[in-house]
Amino acid sequence: MTDSTPAPLVSIRGLSREFGSRSGLFSSPRVLRAVSDVSLDIPRGKVTGVVGESGCGKSTLARLALCLIDASEGSVRFEGVDLASLNGGQLRKLRRRMQMVFQDPYSAIDPRYTIREALLEPFRIQGVGLSAAEAGTKVEHLLDIVGLSVTIADNYPHQLSGGQKQRVGIARALALDPSFLVLDEPTASLDVSIQAQIIALLERLRRDLGLTYLFISHDLGLVRYFCDSIVVMYLGRIVEILPSAESRPRHPYTRALVESTFEPDPTLRRVVTKLSGEIPSAFNLPAGCAFAARCEHASDLCRTERPELSKDRHDHAIACHHPID
Amino acid sequence: MPLLAVRDLAVSISRLRPLDGISFDLDKGEILGVVGESGSGKSLTAMAIMGLLPLIGGRVTGGTLHFDGIDLAGLGENEYRRLRGRRIALITQNPMTSLDPILRVGEQIDQVSRMHLGFSDSQAKKHSIELMQQLRVPEAATVHGQYPHQLSGGMKQRIVIAMALAADPELIIADEPTTALDVTIQAQIIQIMVDLVRDRGLALILITHDMSVVAQACDRVVVLYAGRVAESNRVGPIFASPRHPYTRDLIGCISRPGQVRGSLKGIRGNVPGVLDYPPGCRFNPRCDLAQMVCAEKPPEMEVDGASMVACHFSEGAR
Repeated sequence: MTDSTPAPLVSIRGLSREFGSRSGLFSSPRVLRAVSDVSLDIPRGKVTGVVGESGCGKSTLARLALCLIDASEGSVRFEGVDLASLNGGQLRKLRRRMQMVFQDPYSAIDPRYTIREALLEPFRIQGVGLSAAEAGTKVEHLLDIVGLSVTIADNYPHQLSGGQKQRVGIARALALDPSFLVLDEPTASLDVSIQAQIIALLERLRRDLGLTYLFISHDLGLVRYFCDSIVVMYLGRIVEILPSAESRPRHPYTRALVESTFEPDPTLRRVVTKLSGEIPSAFNLPAGCAFAARCEHASDLCRTERPELSKDRHDHAIACHHPID
Repeated sequence: MPLLAVRDLAVSISRLRPLDGISFDLDKGEILGVVGESGSGKSLTAMAIMGLLPLIGGRVTGGTLHFDGIDLAGLGENEYRRLRGRRIALITQNPMTSLDPILRVGEQIDQVSRMHLGFSDSQAKKHSIELMQQLRVPEAATVHGQYPHQLSGGMKQRIVIAMALAADPELIIADEPTTALDVTIQAQIIQIMVDLVRDRGLALILITHDMSVVAQACDRVVVLYAGRVAESNRVGPIFASPRHPYTRDLIGCISRPGQVRGSLKGIRGNVPGVLDYPPGCRFNPRCDLAQMVCAEKPPEMEVDGASMVACHFSEGAR
């Protein structure tokens, strides 16, 4: 990093998280490494995308980044402050600045709350006293910036459409003026038409409010469209970091993701190569590169020695013994 | 004669008419995409063809459905049972709901060919393992003896496809078959289905909300909106020059490589529920080309060769 590079808003170093599991009543516990040794800088005002398939650790990473769950190893610094060094009260205070938008707008809002109550809940939790008039103004403002009419304030979540609910989820995340939002598959459960609306809204909010996003998705097409840089994860590890959406992927797994992402144009049909095999179980990771079993470029080296993530001079990072040119 | 001919199909559930004026043809060896947002009537169309409407208290109240010359709307449940699973098969979105959790997956495939083709136990097992191999299930003989919970989502969906194929049907209806799967697995399942249609001369109806899946796999497309056909055409022209604003907007919801951030447009508003179908063109409240006439008069279906469109301004959407 040169001196001219501004300090990142969030800096993640060597982050790992293990989960224990018992496979049966009498068998010994097994350990699942959901996230292994992830290091990542999230620059201010940018959208950093994390893409990967189920079990790649992207949602665990999202929760670790906000200290919603504890790391087994490694650190997360927000504006230089190590989250692990904070006590409960200090962490809660910092949480105003970093918020999360969840995939499922149906379960993210308490069904017994009106939209007004849901939007005021963050203030209550944070102990921010609001007069009735202030509360009214806040609710009106929050609904307005996410493109909802104030007339829905006294409705219950079940009276709203999926898109409206996700807008409420975003409004709630914005209630305490955060600077950093983690967006965990915010459009995955929505129709494509509504998905595009929500992405347009998130883009406008980022511009208007100067927000920084960590955008988690399984959809490489969407990530390429929406993000400034793209982190590709496979079975808990970063396998490639594309410094820009235009960067040409070099890791065979990222290439496979590209090939699997269809385009809305029948003249650009994909030749789907047969990725042999399934994604291995995270309980039982192979010794070398986790992708080796499915990779057509894999050599003996790949099956015995895990490739380290290394950066080229264009800030393009790859963890592969045989990257594609 | 097309394998499946649907003409002016209307479906009613009690006094409501969620589906109206649906027409399309499907030939052998062809993949027809049925697209639209949730609530546009895609799954109802599938249920009408499968004769499953009584399950939800619905029935066909208009139009005709002909499969290989057989009038489906006139069939009794017993006659339908001989078609369903045998000549017409359904693949649903969630493989977990199609599989019995307490039966070995191989047994579930075997049952289909034993029941419909009269195979013996050993014939059925051999047939199932061959099918699983064709669907690229690794170690098919081992997987044959496993239970659904032992398999990944992509593998379970292959088992469901094998069940659909086991009686050697002529028509397969796949209702969002890959929506619940990871992208690399989705791509492989779509490829497998395309290969099956090409190799076996099957006819496939692929129901999806995703225009990029249509572009990848389908020969023809029917775009449904709020229970009616908005537009239908061959896949080339429908993407190159959509004639209905809804088709154009659906295509515009998917980003293309290199697309400038901020240029992706959604479609404002939502699909109306059956109680709230607006008068005139049902898309008019969400359409940026709508004029007075659109809110007053439903557009007629214009038919021009393979192209069908219902829009007062079908030239304007280009």
